[in-house]
Amino acid sequence: MIGRLQALLLCLALALTGAGTGQAAPASSEMAQRAKACTGCHGERGRAAPDGYYPRLAGKPAGYLYEQLLAFRDGRRRYALMAHLLEPLSDRFLRDLAEYFASLDLPYAPPQPAAAPAAALERARQLVEHGDEARRLPACSACHGARLTGVQPAVPALLGLPRDYLNAQLGAWRSGTRVARAPDCMAEVARRLAAEEVGALSAWLASQPVPVPAHPAANLPKPLPLDCGGQPAAVAP
Amino acid sequence: MTKKGPKGRWRIVAVVFVAVVLLLAAALALAPAWDRAEDLRQAVGASTGPAPDAEAIARGAYLARLGNCAGCHTPRGGAEWAGGRVIATPFGGVVAANLTPDPDTGIGRWSVEAFIRALREGRSADGRALVPACPYPNYSLLDERDLRDLYAYARSLPPVRQARSAHGLRWPFGTEFAIAAWRRLFFERATLAAAPLTSDDAALRRGAYLVGGLGHCSACHSTRNLFGANAGAFDLRGGAMPETGWLAPSLLDPRAAGAQSWSIGQTAALLRDGVNRHASVSGPMALVVAQSTQHLRPADAEAIAAFLHQLPVASDPAAVKRAPAPEPAPRQLGERVFERHCADCHGKDGRGEPGAGPPLRGNRALALPTAANVVRMVLAGGFGPSTAAVPRPLGMPPFATLLGDEEVAAVVTWIRWKYGEASAGVRVHEVNRLR
Repeated sequence: MIGRLQALLLCLALALTGAGTGQAAPASSEMAQRAKACTGCHGERGRAAPDGYYPRLAGKPAGYLYEQLLAFRDGRRRYALMAHLLEPLSDRFLRDLAEYFASLDLPYAPPQPAAAPAAALERARQLVEHGDEARRLPACSACHGARLTGVQPAVPALLGLPRDYLNAQLGAWRSGTRVARAPDCMAEVARRLAAEEVGALSAWLASQPVPVPAHPAANLPKPLPLDCGGQPAAVAP
Repeated sequence: MTKKGPKGRWRIVAVVFVAVVLLLAAALALAPAWDRAEDLRQAVGASTGPAPDAEAIARGAYLARLGNCAGCHTPRGGAEWAGGRVIATPFGGVVAANLTPDPDTGIGRWSVEAFIRALREGRSADGRALVPACPYPNYSLLDERDLRDLYAYARSLPPVRQARSAHGLRWPFGTEFAIAAWRRLFFERATLAAAPLTSDDAALRRGAYLVGGLGHCSACHSTRNLFGANAGAFDLRGGAMPETGWLAPSLLDPRAAGAQSWSIGQTAALLRDGVNRHASVSGPMALVVAQSTQHLRPADAEAIAAFLHQLPVASDPAAVKRAPAPEPAPRQLGERVFERHCADCHGKDGRGEPGAGPPLRGNRALALPTAANVVRMVLAGGFGPSTAAVPRPLGMPPFATLLGDEEVAAVVTWIRWKYGEASAGVRVHEVNRLR
């Protein structure tokens, strides 16, 4: 299966990554095999493109992915297929899966052309970059990073996602079917959006090319404009 | 199916029907006072005996795991034993009770006697009969010390104030009369004397006690009649779990889930690790291992294995029947789907790939009396349980979003025939029902 040199290198890599954590990280080939239960829907190595429904996993912040896996397993996010898959799994294994997908650095597919009126798209761009102070709506970029590629350790990117997925998520936040740990900052933001704005934002976000490199930002220049319960929990060990 | 018989027969049926309805109505009107027992609720703060010692609580915690009380009584992602989960039954949803020591919404006013009566006799502290969705026919086997330890553990939990919503049982199944009638007909306290034991060995008896009692294996691995009743705590002949779509395979049949042909060590490994040399658990049993049996002490896992090992063998004739080969068209479709989606992990020849997927050739799950479990596995996928020995289990992707009913029916029929001892296939509409 693998040559002696590769095996040696693998052992060395394992020894290095395992050092100091007390528990050796699983080999990436082992995780790739286990992740096959995910990649049927989320694309080869978790790189689902914006032409479908399922969101990309590759390269997302590990803290965000871990928080979502816990949320599906524990009922804060509802999707029967995910809940069923994750129910018999331990926190530790979910963290391993999150770290595996977060570690994948893979190119993005080109975006989908926007099918929305120019005025709506312009309104969406305004909201993304500046928000709407009169309605206490922070800019998307205030939390998701100036390049909208997410922020370590637990804020997800908004680019490189299918329009239908973005629509469904914003809708679920507004209606309360998607819930994060309290205080649920994203639910508050989504409830302040009008329904037309949700559609426009999804169309605009899905039509933007993903910048290169697409890595999440290391941190935000300013503190988060809202309190977010998903954040501290996600960074806790 | 049914043909219209002579008119006279219908008249008799109508008369009997009307009589039954009238009797039922009369019984329901008179029922509330029937089948109630003494109210054992206590005033808040009333003494419930000496404070339980830490050892009793620790023993109770272990027993709670073996009984997997949390599987029903802990809401998904919520506080331990706070209740509120809806357990689907063919008669409607049953809402699990709050077992934390909250005085108003939990069991804070329950004396230890009330707790023991609940598990042995299936009665709430107020004297009403409990809906038998809670497997108290199994728990009636428990000895007093275990019940006292479980009570000590329950009292040690942080109280959660969470009122329970009403059961969603369809009329008349949720009425006191229906529950009382059910208990008259089907509820009998379990005894070890009824256990199929080939010797008086202490480990065997311990295994029987765990399988029939706390483990409540017969809650799933039994055949239930029209009224949802099985033949008791040691009914282990397997049966359908209608609300999940799965079949709980027979523990009496070594071609199904029977452990008669396995060593004690291998059976104990399956319970504790989720996999052994011959098989791996999936579906509802993966959850049972994750939540409960992985925590078994080695001696208890071996006691259960020893008991299962000596169970009498009884084979389901439906499982032995050979089916004809699939027709050419669905067979080709099945082979194509197999090569495209299954062969990578299960091997082109169905022999499995080490570290990727289990073998299909000789896999017991493929030769069960019905194809239900294979269909559910293909549609919903599933991981094995994370356990101490297998912290990162393998998982199968769900194909519900990738394959249509016809493709699923074709591939399941094909692999059941090819690798599952020529077992009968599945029709397209049956796949659709299991989605």
